[in-house]
Amino acid sequence: MKSPRDNEPLPPQFMGTLAFLPPHAHGNRSLTWWGMMGLVAIESTAFVLAIAAYFYLATHSAEWPPDQLVPSVAAGNVFSVISVLSLIPNLWLKRVAEAEKLKQVQIGLIVMSVVGLALMPVRYFEFASMHVSWADSAYGSIVITILALHTVHLVTDLYDTLVLTALMFTKHAKGRRFVDVAENALYWNFVVVAWFPIYAVLYLAPRFL
Amino acid sequence: MSANATEGTHDGEWLDERETRWRLDRTWSQGRGWLAALSTVDHKQVAKRYFVTAFVFFFLAGVLALLMRLQLSRAENALIGPDLYNQLFTMHGSTMMFLFAVPIMEGLAVYFVPLMCGTRAIAFPRLNAFSYWVYLFGGIMLWVAFALNIGPDAGWFAYTPLSGPEYSPGKRVDFWAQMITFTELSGLAVAIEIVATIFKQRAPGMALNRMPLFLWSMLVMAFMILFAMPSVMLASTFLIMDRLVGTHFFNAAEGGDALLWQHLFWFFGHPEVYIIFIPALGIVSAVVSAFTRRPIFGYPFMVLALIAIGFLGFGLWVHHMFTTGLPRLGSSFYTAASMVIAIPSGIQIYCWIATMWQGKPRFATPLLFVVGFILVFVIGGLTGVMLASVPMDLQLHDTYFVVAHFHYVLIGGAVFPLLAGTYFWYPKVTGRMLSERLGKWNFWTLFIGFNIAFFPMHYLGLAGMPRRVYTYGQGLGWDSLNLVSTVGAVLVAISILILIVNLVRSRKHGEMAGANPWDAPTLEWATPSPPPTYNFRHIPLVASADPLWQHREQLPVMRGLSVDKRELVLTTVLDAKPDVREPVAKPSIWPFISAIAVGAMFIASIFTPWAVIFGSIPAAIAITVWFWPKGAPPPDEEESEP
Repeated sequence: MKSPRDNEPLPPQFMGTLAFLPPHAHGNRSLTWWGMMGLVAIESTAFVLAIAAYFYLATHSAEWPPDQLVPSVAAGNVFSVISVLSLIPNLWLKRVAEAEKLKQVQIGLIVMSVVGLALMPVRYFEFASMHVSWADSAYGSIVITILALHTVHLVTDLYDTLVLTALMFTKHAKGRRFVDVAENALYWNFVVVAWFPIYAVLYLAPRFL
Repeated sequence: MSANATEGTHDGEWLDERETRWRLDRTWSQGRGWLAALSTVDHKQVAKRYFVTAFVFFFLAGVLALLMRLQLSRAENALIGPDLYNQLFTMHGSTMMFLFAVPIMEGLAVYFVPLMCGTRAIAFPRLNAFSYWVYLFGGIMLWVAFALNIGPDAGWFAYTPLSGPEYSPGKRVDFWAQMITFTELSGLAVAIEIVATIFKQRAPGMALNRMPLFLWSMLVMAFMILFAMPSVMLASTFLIMDRLVGTHFFNAAEGGDALLWQHLFWFFGHPEVYIIFIPALGIVSAVVSAFTRRPIFGYPFMVLALIAIGFLGFGLWVHHMFTTGLPRLGSSFYTAASMVIAIPSGIQIYCWIATMWQGKPRFATPLLFVVGFILVFVIGGLTGVMLASVPMDLQLHDTYFVVAHFHYVLIGGAVFPLLAGTYFWYPKVTGRMLSERLGKWNFWTLFIGFNIAFFPMHYLGLAGMPRRVYTYGQGLGWDSLNLVSTVGAVLVAISILILIVNLVRSRKHGEMAGANPWDAPTLEWATPSPPPTYNFRHIPLVASADPLWQHREQLPVMRGLSVDKRELVLTTVLDAKPDVREPVAKPSIWPFISAIAVGAMFIASIFTPWAVIFGSIPAAIAITVWFWPKGAPPPDEEESEP
């Protein structure tokens, strides 16, 4: 064996310094962004597979939906309009968070909290407008489950937003907390973008299949 | 900031090595006592728990296998009845796959990915601690259920309708489905950590094309986890909802479809095989390189082969379903895909052989296990190509031929490499060498015992013996080979006992290892054995794929990370240029408490669906406290100008 059993590592040869690097950064320079992307990858996969299950069940059923009970679209449309419009304050919030402007961030967080709260009753009516229970048929099971899956994301993001809103009014509101706000805004973008295919599956597919 | 302050708090030539070590030890201390033990976020500590826990489950599942072999050793044996036997094979498969194979590979990643990257901690260390507790609780839940005679009994893949409410009343399958939720949650958390650590925390200069193949393999594994595990979580959620709240996903009478289960399960289940196998490829590359003292032949092809296996692994799932009456054209596609994956696997094997051919291999125990892996795995690969062909599969499906095939692939493809890795890295983890003498005994008893146990199963399968039968009649001609197989299983058990003796004895009495006992080239060997909590006193600066072979006298490093605060350096994804000084989380009890809250929610939801609603409240509170910043807010961060 070449090296003796010496447990001391090789002596260091200093080549450069890391001392002047910034203590946090935004976007894909931060670990938070990568963690968020991991979540988005996992959850996108879950949505895609749930939608695949929908079409699998649809193509293996004689009648889809059973008894021609298509969902009413009104609540779904309201939800879609609000969530698309919410992208405007959300993108603004992301920008001011990246610029680390505390006052604007606080305003943006309050706006987004209100948006999230406002969407809850709309979502409640969406469940009702499916006109089906999960226990009625396979159609009911998959439709309610997909809607619930999206609702979990909605609730999660609302909860995160409320916690961050509270946090940004404390003494901790500086530095990397702005990264958290910006990445939480990114997550809301995902929740909204994921809604489009789900809307199409829940509300349009039964009319055309 | 003044030059003095910099010198006072950052590492560099101004602090002597003893002072640096003392300060870093203090800063990165995980504390003492039981509370500290539950709060630790040191990835090595967490990984060691993964190793021990996964090994205990391996041992338990192995005991179940021995019981099954005893039962089958002669015809019409009355040792074990059908009900217990169903639980035995279900527990054996589920434990081996979900509680041993995947967690041990994840544990290996948790321990060695940060070390090989040359960084001070894993990304998201608290999430890492959380992942371990969730895994532990899921495993304990399953085994407690088994001990109470409510162990799952519908096979490790729990096919509907057998696993559905009609044919599996009671709670048995529910425990199985929730165990899935636990382990997949844990696996997904680890996957995110691995991706983030490899992409953002590699030592300065470790561009992607200088990354050890082990890191590439763990990266591919992590991506496969991200895209495969959601499928089984969705499937097991559908299943438990069918069983508990009356949905109809798999109920044909109400428009559901039992085959949907198989699609979702195997869309996960086939990649799962590669989630286990790909890290093993990384272990083999590390061992082959170190024991031939050469870089692996054909590095770019090895990387491409790993990635190709990762992609192709998602295109094979239907080959588990050839007998379900799917359209024939579809089957042909999956046959072709199943055969294509033999090509990148073959590239890997030829490159190792070429590496060994060029070098002077040292046949220490790790390399013996690698050679054993190549022999056993090639046999398993050949029977895999046979099973990929539909006409053969129609004959052999659900026979012992399949049992032989996948044990050759899984034990050959994962356990042999894992043992190679155990003998290779044990010195790094414990500071002591494993006994070579016992290692050779361990290898030969395993290699011979394994082949005696599993080779006869090929013939038994061809002779028509089905899987999952608790006994068989006399006069079928299966008796003697089953007895031979049982004898082989006993020899495997002896081999594992030798391993345990070696692991336990060497912990105290093994030869001292030193920092780099094998003269291996990668960064985990650039630090003492066992490594200090902060891994590296100074962050290495990497200029090649084999830094420790390039630098024999002094190791190039970067100065400037704090010795009084927990810090590591983030680098850019492709070229690993230094980018950000990132603070590292301190130990916290909250990941443990969160895991208890989440675990209680999962277990209670087996009994009432309301648990999902009410159980999420304590879980949300615990996780919020975990994230909420503690103590004084950071002083105005030193945003030094470059």
